[in-house]
Amino acid sequence: MSTILESVDVSKHFGGVKAVNHVDMKIEKGDIFGIIGPNGAGKTTFFNVCNGAIPATEGKVYFNGELVTGMSLSQIASRGMARTFQNIKLFNYMTVLENVKTGFHMHTRTNMFDAVFTTKRFKRDEEYIVEEGKKIIERVGLTKFTNVRAGNLAYGIQRRVEIARALATQPEILLLDEPAAGMNPNETQELLEFVIALNRDGYTVVVIEHDMKFVMNLCRNILVLNFGTKISEGSAEYVKNDPKVHEAYFGKGATL
Amino acid sequence: MKLTNKIKASHARDYRSVLFVLAAAALIVAPIIIDATVHKSSYVIDIMVRILFYVIFASSLNVINGYSGQFNIGHAGFMLIGSYTGALLSTKLGMGGVWYWVAIPISGIFTAIAGFLVSLPTLKLRGIYLAIVTLGFSEIIRLIAMNWTAVTNGPMGVKNIPKIWLFGLRKTSSPMVIYYIVLVFVVLCLYSTYKIINSRVGRAWMSIREDSTASQSLGINVNRYKAFNFMLGAFWAGVGGALMAIYYRFISADMFVLDEGFNVLAMVILGGQGTLVGPVLGAVIVNLITEFFRFADEYRLVLYGLLIILTMWLRPQGLAGATNTVLAGQAITQDSSKKTAVDDGADA
Repeated sequence: MSTILESVDVSKHFGGVKAVNHVDMKIEKGDIFGIIGPNGAGKTTFFNVCNGAIPATEGKVYFNGELVTGMSLSQIASRGMARTFQNIKLFNYMTVLENVKTGFHMHTRTNMFDAVFTTKRFKRDEEYIVEEGKKIIERVGLTKFTNVRAGNLAYGIQRRVEIARALATQPEILLLDEPAAGMNPNETQELLEFVIALNRDGYTVVVIEHDMKFVMNLCRNILVLNFGTKISEGSAEYVKNDPKVHEAYFGKGATL
Repeated sequence: MKLTNKIKASHARDYRSVLFVLAAAALIVAPIIIDATVHKSSYVIDIMVRILFYVIFASSLNVINGYSGQFNIGHAGFMLIGSYTGALLSTKLGMGGVWYWVAIPISGIFTAIAGFLVSLPTLKLRGIYLAIVTLGFSEIIRLIAMNWTAVTNGPMGVKNIPKIWLFGLRKTSSPMVIYYIVLVFVVLCLYSTYKIINSRVGRAWMSIREDSTASQSLGINVNRYKAFNFMLGAFWAGVGGALMAIYYRFISADMFVLDEGFNVLAMVILGGQGTLVGPVLGAVIVNLITEFFRFADEYRLVLYGLLIILTMWLRPQGLAGATNTVLAGQAITQDSSKKTAVDDGADA
């Protein structure tokens, strides 16, 4: 299998704070990859650097072999990297369908003239996004919420809408920032199955998560960060038994 | 349940299209009836023409403020550019008469270019910082028009703007004919805005308004779409400005002071940002208030102020405002959203 996302020696400093410090990472195509670490380990910052939300201080990020450091969030998104946010960023006042329709932006070409003169392209695009949008909504199991305003939905469902919107961009890799945060065990279990199903459909998935059980059950490979530095990387089994990881989570001398 | 909903929906559609046809008929027939019945008809028609101008201005400002959520308070600058372009093309380059039909779009395009230039420094700014830039732009443009005597004729303004030819038939500038010409442009403006808002471009604008980080993560080039947005708003402001020059046949820089921009802004806020009818309603209401309270002279401004405060307090989304935007504020949406959730719940 080939590498889809690779970071080489990536650092991000906020003034004197080294939020991310020389992190190397390699994600294979088709993997479910987890990034874990205690609070403030720099997981989200690292994530944001990878997808262009914030610029890296040092180092390089390669996406499908292409150097993407220095590109903006939207440029990287247009290359097939979609993401969700830790604090859900839905278009709260739009319906679920409208949210998903917006996600099709990159895959439609309608411009202002098309819209005003109702050209073929406009009609084709509108038909396409409604049809495909409904398919995606069905795929994530939200058909009955199609016309409900996103802001009114329960937290767990909003997460799904966000994923649906990300899927509308037809990504190769899906970055989920704490998808299980604030969910009850039932919702978490559903999410777990859902992410595995997505992976089976061919999406490479990267997950940042606090919930250890969730990560260990879901991810094949895991990267562990602490104080911005990589302390362990490998299969779920390997990471679980790594003394360095235990030390980061429980302190020195803890025996399990 | 579903069936009754469908019936209800189709009734609503019928009802709306009937209303639409009635309104269109009323707008077409009104000046003829007024001309025949009212004593001082030209005065009334003059007010109607003015309302139509402000419908264009308010709608174009709404494209910027209402749909992409940028805060432009210097709309008078765009109006001035369009107005002066139209006036100067006709007086200095002889593009009066029939040529106006070329000069009007040119004024719009020229203003759109200005809109693009204004959008450049504002791409990185939002909220109040953007507002300050647009405010500065508006004043700078006015001062240029005021002082660049060689081109704009300075404080004397542009006089003797030629009349417009309607399809080469006759030279005219009677309020009645201008009314119909402006009405056509109002329809074009509202129709094109409606179409664009309900397309990929409009969705991109609204996503920027709702959450620009999220919209970037969907691959939307936020800067480009903000620029497009400014250009479309400026285009219609320019067209409206050119029409205004044709109607008044005299323009000067002090017709486009900051207050004028605030006036248009007040219409948009009162009527409701982010909807098609909002600015139309706002333009009608504010202009009627201006006329009815003419006796109160400058104290009318106090009334505007009160109205805006009341709107923001009681109905932050404006009279016809959309509930489906961030602009509406929290209180309003929560309550109307409950209704939607219940409706859909029953359906599902």
